[in-house]
Amino acid sequence: MANENVTVTKVKKESKNKIRVEFDRTPLSERLKSKYISGYFLGRVVWYIFRLVLLIGVSYVILFPFYSKIASSFMSPEDFIDVTVRLIPRYPTLGTYAAIITENGYLKALLNTFILSGSCALIQTFVCSLVGYGFAKFKFKFNKFLFLLVVFTMIVPHSTLQLSMFMEFRYFDILGIMNLLGGGVVDWISLVEDTSLNLVNTYWPLWILSATALAFKNGLYIFMLRQFFSGIPDELEESAAVDGAGVFRTFVQIVLPNAIPMMITVFMFAFSWQWTDNFYTNTFFTTSGPTLMPDIVSIPTSLALNTSAASTMYNTAIINTCGILILLPLLILYCIGQKYIIQGIERSGITG
Amino acid sequence: MRFRLNFFRKSDKDLGIVKENRKGASLQARKARVGWLFILPFLLGFVLIYLPIIYSSLKYSFNEIDILTGGGYELVWVGINNYKAALADATFVQTLLSGIEGLLVDIPTILLFSLFIAILLNQKMVGRAAFRAIFFIPVLLTTGLIASIDASNVLNDYMSSTTEGIDTGASASSGASQIVSATDLQSLFSSMAIGSDLVEFVTTAVNNIFDIVNRSGVQMLIFLAGLQGISPAIYESCQIEGASAWETFWKITLPMISPMILVNAVYTVIDSFTSENNAVMSYVNTLYNQAGDAKVISSAMAWMYFLIVILIVAIVAGIISAFVFYQKKD
Repeated sequence: MANENVTVTKVKKESKNKIRVEFDRTPLSERLKSKYISGYFLGRVVWYIFRLVLLIGVSYVILFPFYSKIASSFMSPEDFIDVTVRLIPRYPTLGTYAAIITENGYLKALLNTFILSGSCALIQTFVCSLVGYGFAKFKFKFNKFLFLLVVFTMIVPHSTLQLSMFMEFRYFDILGIMNLLGGGVVDWISLVEDTSLNLVNTYWPLWILSATALAFKNGLYIFMLRQFFSGIPDELEESAAVDGAGVFRTFVQIVLPNAIPMMITVFMFAFSWQWTDNFYTNTFFTTSGPTLMPDIVSIPTSLALNTSAASTMYNTAIINTCGILILLPLLILYCIGQKYIIQGIERSGITG
Repeated sequence: MRFRLNFFRKSDKDLGIVKENRKGASLQARKARVGWLFILPFLLGFVLIYLPIIYSSLKYSFNEIDILTGGGYELVWVGINNYKAALADATFVQTLLSGIEGLLVDIPTILLFSLFIAILLNQKMVGRAAFRAIFFIPVLLTTGLIASIDASNVLNDYMSSTTEGIDTGASASSGASQIVSATDLQSLFSSMAIGSDLVEFVTTAVNNIFDIVNRSGVQMLIFLAGLQGISPAIYESCQIEGASAWETFWKITLPMISPMILVNAVYTVIDSFTSENNAVMSYVNTLYNQAGDAKVISSAMAWMYFLIVILIVAIVAGIISAFVFYQKKD
């Protein structure tokens, strides 16, 4: 064996030297000619340029709205009257930002939304990992059927259930327990005042939906995590079991650390979709509830001008500035976390 | 004799299996029980919260709401009358049909676009990380609130109207932020003698590029994951056999990625049907916000619409799964 190896390396070395000599003998111009004037090279150049143009073009389509928002947020009303000002403000001002932050209660909304989104995203990530792991690694009865139910919760649009959802949490009651305690069934039992709980204007509806994996697009998260967990080799868990770890200990100490990129991906989805959410906050929170992000999207009274010809444009710019302020924390999060999205995807191996 | 031997052997084997099964069953059962524990949160939520919500929504669609004089309301069973009323609503039927028609255009566009971009982003090149970061911005950031702010955004048109350049005449009056004016493309294609349907398809796709980019984010992620999952060894052997990039795409990439195409098609259908800027959904929502019978009719519409969505998902999944190739894992 050893001899064979030696001969193989010898042959390799010789052929390498041959190539080297051939390479040295060919003049430079000849070499460049054969390298650069060929159909192959031309094809590559054309493809390279095409690819670059396409990617830059689509990036422009994605980034331009952001640019227009940012540029217009620094513009003063005079800039909108002046038709020559388009992309770069002539009289830049920070007044729009200052007015929104002070008058629309931005900081309060920031804190409240951060608590709400952070807690919901954490709960959703953990619960969806649990459920996804359960579907991926355990063969119990109705596994496939129950997974179909997960898909079902994804297919039924939540906005068609708006009324029922509001009613469910306005008069919240599980299995009639509150009804019984409140004296709804039998008169003489009345331990609590109401026959149901009013959860509107609290964070509880969203926490309950998150904890039961029914919140926005949780079906997708369960699907992603299920695919990821089924890609983890069984041997890993078996060896943990041999070493004496129980199923839950294996899950927490062995499986979850491997799933961190995927869980960060899910967390980021959950966090940003809850952050910019409009539907649930409209359903579960009234104006007397805590200040959340949708509440700051309005025109501050000090900036309202109705007389100017450019007022529609200016008002849109103000609303867009609200949008930027909403997005700002998310952009920071995205800069930190976007590499995990790719990493999580690369390791997921979602191939059927 | 032979029969008896077989018989005995069989029974022996059966016995063995039974023994093994009983022993394995307890372990299996224990593992299955733990599995139930893992999915318990979802199960509890589904039974205790989701089913009541679905039930009450279904109930509204079969009832009429009578507002009582003393406040509160009473539900009166009217059977399928709400559904009849929904079908009698000409606007609803029309929106529904045009929505389905639009979807038939959208599915291939989004699938092709996201697959193409995923393949581009999967290649080694300068600035790949930056491009990837940019392409995933819309999925995370242009949703919900921001999307609703963008929906009525005159600012983009205003800003891009000067950058449009030569053909300001047509676009300044229409005010649309079209990247390529449709007339230009149409004249280009008609000189190439391509059918008008295809021209229409391409021009709508190009003009809705922002919308399409926004809606193909998750699909792009899933495709990228699928592409990452293809073993480089297959490509290497292809290269050694002398296959061109074109052949490699059709013979390797496409079959290997076909399960993802199925997943993405289903996801695209669901996503575009349930998004809030869907025409049918917004029509149902406006009806819902009206007083009186419109509320229950809107919930009847929502359920009808849901059945149609399920039907379309089933058809799309059926068609595509006929072409899906599953790699055998050893």
